[in-house]
Amino acid sequence: MTAIIEVKALRKEYPKLIAVDGIDFAIEKGCCFGLLGPNGAGKSTTIEMIEGLKKPTSGEILFNGVPMNSDFKKVAGIQFQSTALQDFLSVSDNLTLFRSFYDRHADLQDLIADCDLSSFLEQDASKLSGGQRQRLLLALALVHDPEVIFLDEPTTGLDPNARRQFWALIQKIKAGNKTIILTTHYMEEAYLLCDEIAIMAKGKLIARGTPDTLLAQHFGDNILELPTAALGAYQPKETHFHKGEKTEIYTKDMNQALRGLIDSGIDLTHLKIRSRTLDDLFLELTNKDTEEKVHV
Amino acid sequence: MFSRIRTLIHARNLEFFRDRASLGWSVAMPFFLVFALALAFYGDNKPLFKVAVYQPSAEMTAKLNPIFGLEHVHFYTTDNLQRAIDKVARHQTDLLINLNPSTASAEQGYWVNIDSPNGYFMEKLLKQVDPNLKRHDTENHPIRYIDWVIPGVIGMNIMFGALFGVGFVIVRYRKSGYLKRLNATPLRPVEFILAQLVSRLFIVVFLAVVIFMISKWILGFAMNGSYWLLLLVTILGSLSMIAMSLMVTARVSSEELAGGLLNMVSWPMMLLSGVWFSLEGAYPPLKYLAQLFPLTHMLDAVRAITIDGAGLADLTQPILVLSLMTLVFIVIGAYAFKWSDD
Ligand SMILES: Nc1ncnc2c1ncn2[C@@H]1O[C@H](COP(=O)(O)OP(=O)(O)O)[C@@H](O)[C@H]1O
Ligand SMILES: [Mg+2]
Repeated sequence: MTAIIEVKALRKEYPKLIAVDGIDFAIEKGCCFGLLGPNGAGKSTTIEMIEGLKKPTSGEILFNGVPMNSDFKKVAGIQFQSTALQDFLSVSDNLTLFRSFYDRHADLQDLIADCDLSSFLEQDASKLSGGQRQRLLLALALVHDPEVIFLDEPTTGLDPNARRQFWALIQKIKAGNKTIILTTHYMEEAYLLCDEIAIMAKGKLIARGTPDTLLAQHFGDNILELPTAALGAYQPKETHFHKGEKTEIYTKDMNQALRGLIDSGIDLTHLKIRSRTLDDLFLELTNKDTEEKVHV
Repeated sequence: MFSRIRTLIHARNLEFFRDRASLGWSVAMPFFLVFALALAFYGDNKPLFKVAVYQPSAEMTAKLNPIFGLEHVHFYTTDNLQRAIDKVARHQTDLLINLNPSTASAEQGYWVNIDSPNGYFMEKLLKQVDPNLKRHDTENHPIRYIDWVIPGVIGMNIMFGALFGVGFVIVRYRKSGYLKRLNATPLRPVEFILAQLVSRLFIVVFLAVVIFMISKWILGFAMNGSYWLLLLVTILGSLSMIAMSLMVTARVSSEELAGGLLNMVSWPMMLLSGVWFSLEGAYPPLKYLAQLFPLTHMLDAVRAITIDGAGLADLTQPILVLSLMTLVFIVIGAYAFKWSDD
C-alpha cells in the first residue's frame, strides 16, 4: 500500500497562537482516516491546509508522493464544518451549479438516491433541516466523483437519528474504495467509521493507530474514584488524575491498588470502581495539559 | 471555463430575481428618484447663477464693470466663444457675457437661452446694471434642465446599482463562507469575477433601459442621437463601475468596511461627475479629479448623444477611456481577489 496523502512537519501559526504544531502522518489509499480531537485542537486547520485552502507556515504535504498543487482540487471532495450556500437556490440548482465546476461527474441520479435528496430536490436550500442540509453538502462534495473526500465534523449538531443516517451514508462511500479524511470529536463515530485514528490536541498528534490498537493500549484497566480529600498526602503508585474534588486512579491490578490504599489507611467509604469507556480514553489523551497528571 | 461562468451567472440571476423584496426595491427606487427629481427641477430652481465671461480685459471686479459686483453669481472666464454659447444652450451655464471692448463689436453683449428660467432672471439682473448691453439668443434647439439632468440621474442609478449591487453581494458571500466553498472547487477567481460582472451588467442595463424608456415616454426629454450608441455607452459605463466595485471589494469581508469604501467612491462620483450640475468653471483640481471617475466619462458621452446627437466618431475618447478603466479594474480586482480571510 502506498500513501495517497503524506503530511510532514506541518505547522500553522496565527499571530496569537500555534494552531497546528508540527504534525506528521500518512494516509493510505482507500483508507478512512479519522482526525479526532476537542474543539480548537487544530483539526479544521490541518485538513484545510491539506485541501490547499490555507497556507501552512511550514511543512510539507504530498499527494501521491509529489507536493500538492492546485490540480488536487479536481479530485478532492470537500465538506466544511459550516458552509453557506447562495440564497434562493434549490437543492437541484445547487447540484447543477457545483457540477458545472468539474469536468468529471458522478451520476446525478445515483448521487440523489445515495444522499437521499429526492424528497426535497426543489426546496430552497436555506430551508432544510440539519440532517438534510448535511446530506446536500455531502452530495455537493461528491458531484465530481472525487478520489479523496474530506468531511469536517459532518455530524456535529445532528440529532442521533440524523447522525446514524449520515454514518450509513459514509459507510456506503467507503464501500466505493474512496479515501476519506474525517474529523470529529465523537469517539464513537471515529471508532465506527475509521480504519485509522489520530488523536489531536492543542495542535499536536498525541496518539495514533487503528481503533482497536488504541483501545487495547489504553483499555486493560479500571478506574478507582475517590474524594481528593480522603487521599490526604497519599501518592498512589498508579497513574492518577486530580479532577478537582475527585481523584481517579487507573490500574490494571485492582488488588495491588486497593492494598496500597488500605495499607495507607485511606477512608474508602466513597470509593467507586468502574471500567473505562471510549470517552475516558479521549479525555485522558486530550486533557493531559489541563489537569495535573502524575505518572510513575 | 465558459460553462462554469454561464451556470454561475444563471445562479446569481436566480438569486436576484427570486429575492422579491430587494428586487422590488431596486426597481422602485430609481423610478422614485427620477420622478421626484423631475418634479423638483421642473421649474429649474438652482440657487446659484453661473455666468461665463469671454476674455475679460482685466480682473473681474466691480471696478472693471459694475456687473461683477452682483452677488450670488459665479463668474468664470472662457476663451472659446462658440463652446460657451453651446453651454448656454445646454443649460450648463446661465449666461455668457462679452464686455471686452477690443473684440469685434458684433461679438459683444450677452447670450441667453430664452428657455432657461435662470437665464431669464440673470438677464433681468444684468439689465438693471447695464440696460444697453446687446442681447444674443442661442440658436440651438433650446434645452431644458430636465433634458440635462435625467441622463445624469439614470447614470447615478447605474452607478449605485453597479457599485453596491455587486460589491455587497461579494462581501456577503465572502463573510458567509460561500466563497471559501467555491475555492474548494477548481473555479478560478477570474471566472467568478466575470460571472458576477456579466450577471450584474444584465440587471443594471436592463433596469436603465426600462427607466429611460418610461421616463422618456412620460417626461419627453431630449434624445437627438442613436439609441444603439447610447446602449453601447451605457454598457461600457456600467461595466466599468461594476468592475470598480469588484476591485474595491476584492478582499473585504465586512459589510461595514465595504459600505464605507463604496460610499467613499460613490459620493464623490455623485457630486463631481456632473450628475446634478456641470463642473464648468469649478476649481480646476476638482475637474481633474472628476476625470478619474468612470461616471464622468459615461455622462459626458451620454449627454453628447442625447443632447447634441453625437456619433461614434465623436465619442472615441470616452469609449476608449471607459474600456481601459474596465480592463484595469478587472485585472487589479482579479489579482487582489481573496476567497476568504485566512
Ligand atoms: N483564521 C484564524 N485566525 C486565528 N486563529 C485561528 C484562525 N482559524 C483558527 N484559529 C484558531 O486555531 C485553533 C484551531 O482551530 P481549528 O483548526 O478550527 O480547530 P478544530 O477544528 O479542531 O476545532 C483554534 O484555537 C482557533 O481559534
Ligand atoms: Mg473544526
